[in-house]
Amino acid sequence: MTGRKVLMNFEVTPTSHTLEAYLARGGYQTIAKVLRELKPGDVTKEIVASGIQGRGGAAFPAGRKWQVVDPNDGQPHYLIANADEGEPGTFKDRWILENSPHTLLESMLIAAYALAVRNAFVYIRGEFDQPYRRLAAAVEEAYAAGYFGQGILGSGFSCDMFIFRGAGAYVCGEASSLLSSVEGTRGYPRNRPPRLTVKGLFQRPTVVNNVETLSNLSWIMQHGAEEYRKVGTAKSPGTRLISISGHIERPGVYEVEMGYSWAKFIYGVCGGVPNGRKLKAVIPGGISSQVLTGPDAKIMTPEEVESLTLDHDALWQMGSSMGSGGMIVIAEGTCMVRLLQVMLRFYHHESCGQCTPCREGMGWAHRVIDRIVAGQGRPEDIATLRYISKFNDGTTICGLGDAAGYATVAFLDHFRDEFEYYIEHKRSKYDGRLECLPEAAHA
Amino acid sequence: MKHLIPEFEALKRRLPPELDSTLVLPCLRRIQEDRGYVAEEDIDGLVEYLGVPRIQIEEVLSFYTMLRRRPIGHWHLQVCRNVSCSMRGAERLIDHLGRKLGVAPGQTTADGRFTLSTVECLGSCGTAPVVMVNERYHELQDERSLDALLEELKQP
Repeated sequence: MTGRKVLMNFEVTPTSHTLEAYLARGGYQTIAKVLRELKPGDVTKEIVASGIQGRGGAAFPAGRKWQVVDPNDGQPHYLIANADEGEPGTFKDRWILENSPHTLLESMLIAAYALAVRNAFVYIRGEFDQPYRRLAAAVEEAYAAGYFGQGILGSGFSCDMFIFRGAGAYVCGEASSLLSSVEGTRGYPRNRPPRLTVKGLFQRPTVVNNVETLSNLSWIMQHGAEEYRKVGTAKSPGTRLISISGHIERPGVYEVEMGYSWAKFIYGVCGGVPNGRKLKAVIPGGISSQVLTGPDAKIMTPEEVESLTLDHDALWQMGSSMGSGGMIVIAEGTCMVRLLQVMLRFYHHESCGQCTPCREGMGWAHRVIDRIVAGQGRPEDIATLRYISKFNDGTTICGLGDAAGYATVAFLDHFRDEFEYYIEHKRSKYDGRLECLPEAAHA
Repeated sequence: MKHLIPEFEALKRRLPPELDSTLVLPCLRRIQEDRGYVAEEDIDGLVEYLGVPRIQIEEVLSFYTMLRRRPIGHWHLQVCRNVSCSMRGAERLIDHLGRKLGVAPGQTTADGRFTLSTVECLGSCGTAPVVMVNERYHELQDERSLDALLEELKQP
């Protein structure tokens, strides 16, 4: 482990987010160099060579997404940074927006140049206030300094930036839904094909990348793809921002190298589970990634969970995913039935209503879990939740319905005894606890 | 909304010329910021200004949880109750605020001062539990800090 930081590589102070501080860190020199020395195709080649995977959840190689766009096809192209960070447990992009907005902006200029984009957008979630104010101030600073607008830095390259604020809709983090929102309609997802890189915003080729993905680009173009790949694993190069929360001593955002040990991260870096509790389970990448079990494991022992590494392949092999990097740590003594209730209430609330299986299924699943928690569960309820989850899989336009189903099934698989206990005894095996309090507080 | 048109025109300068419908959401947000909610006459004004069908604006208004068509309390307390906040005591905070204010989530106090709501994940899981008061986040909250906050907000 080299301890390399691509993003969290400066001291955060009350002014470290400003243009002045960013310039002092060498900011905007990479876009200057790119405009001076490289052709758009050279940039794309370098990003493809870096192997960087998308950081929003799906881990699709960013370079391959870009290669679909032909910068010389004579059409307008659009670039959108997805800052609609809404996957529960995820707050890493917020760190970038608040602490280093110019890293995102410079990286977006590089991407816009490579993709022949005249108009770029940041779609930022509606509730974000401080991140929005920091980003908006940074955009004004960048315009005033000539980094946006006509003929940037004396080159022939022009680009405008528009910050688009959402208004409270989880589904808009899904790229096609985000585009519907920007077009001024309900944020309904769209069927693929066509891919968004073929027909996206207003039917034009559009690249939507996550904030963290984009923010890596200035580093990659400054140091080169080869250097970038020296850290991380062969399939998951570079570093990753992990936001960790729940029952953990030191919650927050951390930058770790891909392939870093879970045990070292959870117990070393983040101080382990509070109040001397043992680990029960971990949700590795936002609540839509499948929960991994802890001590009660039938599928994995806690030692196996702890022996994992933080990279996409390791988690895919375990039937889960690194998702959005939003890790939630769950202590022993937590009621997994009530935790699933919180999740299903959320999915029901956030289903956009376009596809019947998700719209009806999420409401149905929510009613079933509410019934179980109220002590009125029926023996067949576990099978019903499975049926709904399976029915959703592959029958909806976007992946949110699928993901909700996978997450539900993982809870049922790994904690089946808790669900059976709740239904049979009409009460929680763990007194319905969600918090991890000192032992005395539960007495 | 007519007095906001110069601001809307300024927004257009950073958008491609043919993409006016992009402004539906930004305009609605700005109107709500100005008036506290979106009124019928605002919808009429926007239909005329943007040249989009009225149904499109009505649909957008009903889709996004942050948009509203009626006024609410002066202070809007929104408590996150998603996974990480629940694991750090959000349920206690919702009960506490409900008792202190004498309202259930979704209701406004009789004096029109406070509206209590629950919301889903605000992206503040590392500093849970979080309560959003109007547009500001108040992080790492507990019963005591909320009592102090309520006292502060009760001042005229």
